[in-house]
Amino acid sequence: MTTESIVDRSIDRSHMSVSQTEVAVEIIGMNKWFGDFHVLRDIDLKVMKGERIVIAGPSGSGKSTLIRCINRLEEHQKGQIIVNGTELTSDLKRVDEVRREVGMVFQHFNLFPHLTIMQNLTLAPIWVRGIPKAEAEQTAMKYLERVRIPEQAHKFPGQLSGGQQQRVAIARSLCMSPRIMLFDEPTSALDPEMVKEVLEVMISLAEEGMTMLCVTHEMGFARQVANRVIFMDQGQIIEQNEPEAFFSNPQHERTKLFLSQILH
Amino acid sequence: MAISYVRTEIQQAQPAPQRASGIALWLRRNLFSTPTDTVLTLLGIAFLLWAVPPLFGFLFGNAVFPGGTVEQCRDPGAGACWAYIGDRVNFFIYGFYPIDQYWRPNLVFALAALLLVPLAIPKVPFKVINAILFLVVLPVVTYVLLAGGSFGLRPVPTEQWGGLLVTLIISSVAIIGSLPLGVLLALGRQSKLPVIRTLCISFIELWRAVPLITVLFMASIMLPLFLPQGTSIDKLLRALVGVTLFASAYMAEVIRGGLQAIPRGQYEAASALGLGYWRRMGFIVLPQALKHVIPGIVNNFISLFKDTSLVSIVGIFDLLNTIQAATSDTNWFSPTQAVTGYIFAALIYWVFCFSMSRYSMFMERRLNTGHKR
Repeated sequence: MTTESIVDRSIDRSHMSVSQTEVAVEIIGMNKWFGDFHVLRDIDLKVMKGERIVIAGPSGSGKSTLIRCINRLEEHQKGQIIVNGTELTSDLKRVDEVRREVGMVFQHFNLFPHLTIMQNLTLAPIWVRGIPKAEAEQTAMKYLERVRIPEQAHKFPGQLSGGQQQRVAIARSLCMSPRIMLFDEPTSALDPEMVKEVLEVMISLAEEGMTMLCVTHEMGFARQVANRVIFMDQGQIIEQNEPEAFFSNPQHERTKLFLSQILH
Repeated sequence: MAISYVRTEIQQAQPAPQRASGIALWLRRNLFSTPTDTVLTLLGIAFLLWAVPPLFGFLFGNAVFPGGTVEQCRDPGAGACWAYIGDRVNFFIYGFYPIDQYWRPNLVFALAALLLVPLAIPKVPFKVINAILFLVVLPVVTYVLLAGGSFGLRPVPTEQWGGLLVTLIISSVAIIGSLPLGVLLALGRQSKLPVIRTLCISFIELWRAVPLITVLFMASIMLPLFLPQGTSIDKLLRALVGVTLFASAYMAEVIRGGLQAIPRGQYEAASALGLGYWRRMGFIVLPQALKHVIPGIVNNFISLFKDTSLVSIVGIFDLLNTIQAATSDTNWFSPTQAVTGYIFAALIYWVFCFSMSRYSMFMERRLNTGHKR
């Protein structure tokens, strides 16, 4: 593929291996309604450990709702969702169990504005995982260094730029040592100049072999990092393929139309 | 014409222009900038000239200060009779509390101040211990000290408590009790469980729909009729419970306003991190929600502080009631006796309410972490 790299370096693929046996997320015949509106229709999806999946599609196609079902920010009404071997039901214990292992990054960062960056990062490790404060702060510093903003640790979120806030949000999820990361349009609310710094962090996560499900419009990221691209429309999975085949040879009419509109 | 342009040097930031100053300029800008302004300014000055000197004369110039006599107060030209206040001030502070036992309320006042001041100053350490001492230990100590009957202290029935002491007790208990109750009611009102939600809504709507006077009458006159013969609950305690529950219903609605201002993303982010309901509320939602509604909460505190004067109608001698009662003191009978008493009451209420207001403004500024954009 001849596209220009989205970051100023080549991507290290040595650890990007997809497990053949370990299933991270399994969704079987899942349906969801908002009132009478059928948002997700018969979704079947199996995500292996180490997979990097990009979910694309027009707005209102249900892609955000789909990944929000995986940590039960949305409740599904029919079918099964099994995350790390735990099936999501109305049992709150199981929900919390799943949420501990699944990190999520939101479009609008959703940092806690009344807490410092350090407190944002250590709150859940201390109170959910029961890690001692000193240790949690050490881990937090490690991840802040990884997203390259250790000097902001004692500032409040409102004092940071959008790109910095999103990197903090990613670090906050990582502090819980999640096994799966969900990204819900992580770069859509950012200025173009800041998109790259966030993508850089996401790529380095992929390089470490993190299982990732990303709803994003960054097709460069999809081409270079994803091992599978899923295209959704009207609450259904229309097409899924390896990125190269997906972009060069889309099968479904709807996919072709979508790609022709976003790729110039 | 060429449109191509390339900047060769970056312009450095320059200081903002000096703000024009000078008294004359300030006057012209703020007081005399338009003909309407000028007229309003002159009217304002005229009003001050008309109102201030007589008021000053009444309060200070012609006033009879402590040490003065009742004859001086009866003089036709006399102003406020501060001598009367000075003579009866103990009654206004302690009510009918036995004079030889005044050290007990005094000790309570001292302990309360000693614990409240470090609690209110953010920089002082040991906040948790301090809060426990103030909120848990102090009420117990206060009760033991004031009521007596143990540790060799002479029992003093609550009927003898009075004045500022009772006003402060009722308002502190109601303020400290209504906040957590209000938080629980507000959370309950948003609950997904229909039973809890319905209970909370009924409680809030019932108490808000009834005047405080009715609540106090019910508590002090109706309630004993429903209780089995022989059981009696202390009158002050009944008023305390009534006022606290009444205040908590109002508090709940103020806090609900704050809860509604928290974006859904905050709940979601907290959930996604695996925080359970109480931690989500305690660490993420409530700190932000309460901060949003500090003005409303303090507004409630202030109105609550003043509303405690209503307990006088069920025969409790709070500050206002002692002052009211003292107006019939014939030893100090003079034309300005009652007026001076009420001015004194207003002054005391003002000092407490204004302090709360200023402290809340200080907290608002302090808690502003700059996320308002």
